[in-house]
Amino acid sequence: MTVLNTPNGFAMDNSGRRIVVDPVTRIEGHMRCEVNVDENNVIRNAVSTGTMWRGLEVILKGRDPRDAWAFTERICGVCTGTHALTSVRAVEDALGISIPDNANSIRNIMQLALQIHDHVVHFYHLHALDWVNPINALRADPKATSELQQMVSPSHPLSSPGYFRDVQNRLKKFVESGQLGLFKNGYWDNPAYLLPPEADLMATTHYLEALDLQKEIVKVHTIFGGKNPHPNWLVGGVPCPINVHSTGAVGAINMERLNLVSSIIDLCQDFNRNVYVPDVIAIGGFYKNWLYGGGLSSKACLAYGDIPENPNDFSAEQLHLPRGAIINGNLNEVHDVDVRDPEQVQEFVDHSWYTYGEPGRGLHPWDGVTEPKFELGPNAKGTKTNIEELDEAAKYSWIKAPRWKGHAMEVGPLARYIVGYAKGHEDIKNQVDGLLRTMNLPVSALFSTLGRTAARALESEYCGRLQKHFFDKLVTNIKNGDENTANIEKWDPSTWPKEAKGVGMTEAPRGALGHWIKIKDGRIENYQCVVPTTWNGSPRDTKGTIGAFEASLMDTKMERPEEPVEILRTLHSFDPCLACSTHVMAPDGHELTRVKVR
Amino acid sequence: MPATRPERVLILGIGNVLWADEGFGVRCVEEMAETCALPDGVSLLDGGTQGLYLLPFLEEADALIVFDAIDFGYAPGTLKVLRDEDVPAFMGAKKMSLHQTGFQDVIATAQFLGRCPERLTLIGCQPVELEDYGGGLRPAVDAQIAPAIAEAVAELARWGIAVTPGRTAAEDLADQAIRRGAYEQGRPPADTACRIGDARFFPGAEKEPA
Repeated sequence: MTVLNTPNGFAMDNSGRRIVVDPVTRIEGHMRCEVNVDENNVIRNAVSTGTMWRGLEVILKGRDPRDAWAFTERICGVCTGTHALTSVRAVEDALGISIPDNANSIRNIMQLALQIHDHVVHFYHLHALDWVNPINALRADPKATSELQQMVSPSHPLSSPGYFRDVQNRLKKFVESGQLGLFKNGYWDNPAYLLPPEADLMATTHYLEALDLQKEIVKVHTIFGGKNPHPNWLVGGVPCPINVHSTGAVGAINMERLNLVSSIIDLCQDFNRNVYVPDVIAIGGFYKNWLYGGGLSSKACLAYGDIPENPNDFSAEQLHLPRGAIINGNLNEVHDVDVRDPEQVQEFVDHSWYTYGEPGRGLHPWDGVTEPKFELGPNAKGTKTNIEELDEAAKYSWIKAPRWKGHAMEVGPLARYIVGYAKGHEDIKNQVDGLLRTMNLPVSALFSTLGRTAARALESEYCGRLQKHFFDKLVTNIKNGDENTANIEKWDPSTWPKEAKGVGMTEAPRGALGHWIKIKDGRIENYQCVVPTTWNGSPRDTKGTIGAFEASLMDTKMERPEEPVEILRTLHSFDPCLACSTHVMAPDGHELTRVKVR
Repeated sequence: MPATRPERVLILGIGNVLWADEGFGVRCVEEMAETCALPDGVSLLDGGTQGLYLLPFLEEADALIVFDAIDFGYAPGTLKVLRDEDVPAFMGAKKMSLHQTGFQDVIATAQFLGRCPERLTLIGCQPVELEDYGGGLRPAVDAQIAPAIAEAVAELARWGIAVTPGRTAAEDLADQAIRRGAYEQGRPPADTACRIGDARFFPGAEKEPA
């Protein structure tokens, strides 16, 4: 085969050299990517693979539905709270449990804290290194850096030459110690890095500021969830009692704690406005000509929506983060999404290492089946335990292929922002238009890796404002005498129907997340999670439609195929979440990513 | 090593309880809460698979003891203690995802910030089995929990902190639903749960489920 035209408009040509990027370590390697490049090093075929079996669904069978959140919280080392929230929503939906006002506000504040935390940490501690070269920062002039800082963000107080000189010295000491620790393994002399040293120093400095901020953000989870890093959740509400007249450290939410939350919300807003968004604009300005990576974003986007204004009302117009689907690149029409409809969300496994017993079948998650079937296609190279090259014409991934009405969809901050923009969502539209105006870019520039990165920054800023809104709402409600945080009327399984089914939806930082549950005789009968990276990282489906990761890599020009900065940059922009997380340490620190060019 | 008794000691268990012996560290701190009376200033924490979320806890500690499953390449079930600079601080720039900010990154970051605990002790156990999603500890790893706790108690004694048998009230442990007893007793039978790993990335995993 040379060229294959996909139903969603891509021409896949796998005749050129094959490059395999594989974080193969058994520590945490969950994803592998293979591409073919032509004679000009332009990507003409992309194959994305999830490399680990995930069977959470199976291990929840027979458990108490009220405990499911504690298990789903452990799926992942980052989205703990989002999975837990999705899980309690699914159980509440199944059993018809309403939560009180305060619980809705508190859950929103917690979910928004997670969203901001994730976005900030993702940008500064992972993704920035795809654009920012910390080694180059050693060459910066601290005085010029100070001037740059004051130009980029006049209201940010930390901008003196001495401040940047201190950071530079610390960085120098760290690099000279030979360990390079944090910045080991970068491709620091690759021409894909375009920033001047001063911008590199400014961004590296903000990396440190972001570390201090993230420590504060998580206190919100400690306050409302009782503990962190694994906060408590409760079917029917939130597990923290409110007693504004109490004092001291034990138990209830009092004024002292609410004041702490309020101050953290202010910190986040300041950081988003003075540091995060200006940095993305400043860095983005140097990469305006690197508008690769749009993939499906201009064609097909999906968002379930989240952050309900009022408890128990998930209708689209009541959600602050928008819900909707865009297909065939038509931004003039945003379709409503019904995750209960068996014809809308379906998962296919023709190219996944699972079987439904017959080919071409799609299953709605309520009827989902997770039965593994690992086999390599006839054109795969290597052995089952040491694959050199996958055969994408056959089964090639542990990720299923979810589709919305048959379409492969992108999910995540950019998808949410495109859906919101197309719907005329006021806050989102103002933010996006403002950004494009500042950067002097057309709307089409959104459909890119950089657009994904920018949408995440804008969303972090918007989430900060929403947090403030729900904090004020919570305080007003408490002042009016409502201290109720949980509805335990249906806590006892004897009050439940013999059989029930429900669905919980959230917008995780990296995209639309759904848990579908079936309950029988008080126990979990079936549990299916369709996670954001299942959408974005999906393999091809029966018809050959490619998913968001594969689409986003197409037609990207690589500077040096053996140093796949461009691939990492674009895949990072999705903040992929794969079969999280195992954690075994190895004393020698395995190499994280291996690249092979064939 | 500093001569004075550390004022604040953090005892941290890390790992993912859903992946069989990966849960070793978390189960150690649970067991320690049940069997040791720890004095004020010594706290227990279930760190799960969290990365940077753990940074504030490290920064607030003068000394740190970590329980974890560690791949030393030794015989399964081997216990090993590492101290200070022998505890790996590794982090690379080519990660795919935030999900790859592991505990080593947290140490590296704390060191970069100049806020790493002065004393660092890692008590690690070579796992028998990781590729059993939903599974519990294997007997050889289970058998190392008590010795691992004894190592921790001895380390505390070397630091001038006496520990007596008893219990410690700890807020920061796993929810009851996934504590070891409930978790392992509530698991579905092996023939309904696929407990084998990914043969491509776990060579030798093509074997009978436990």
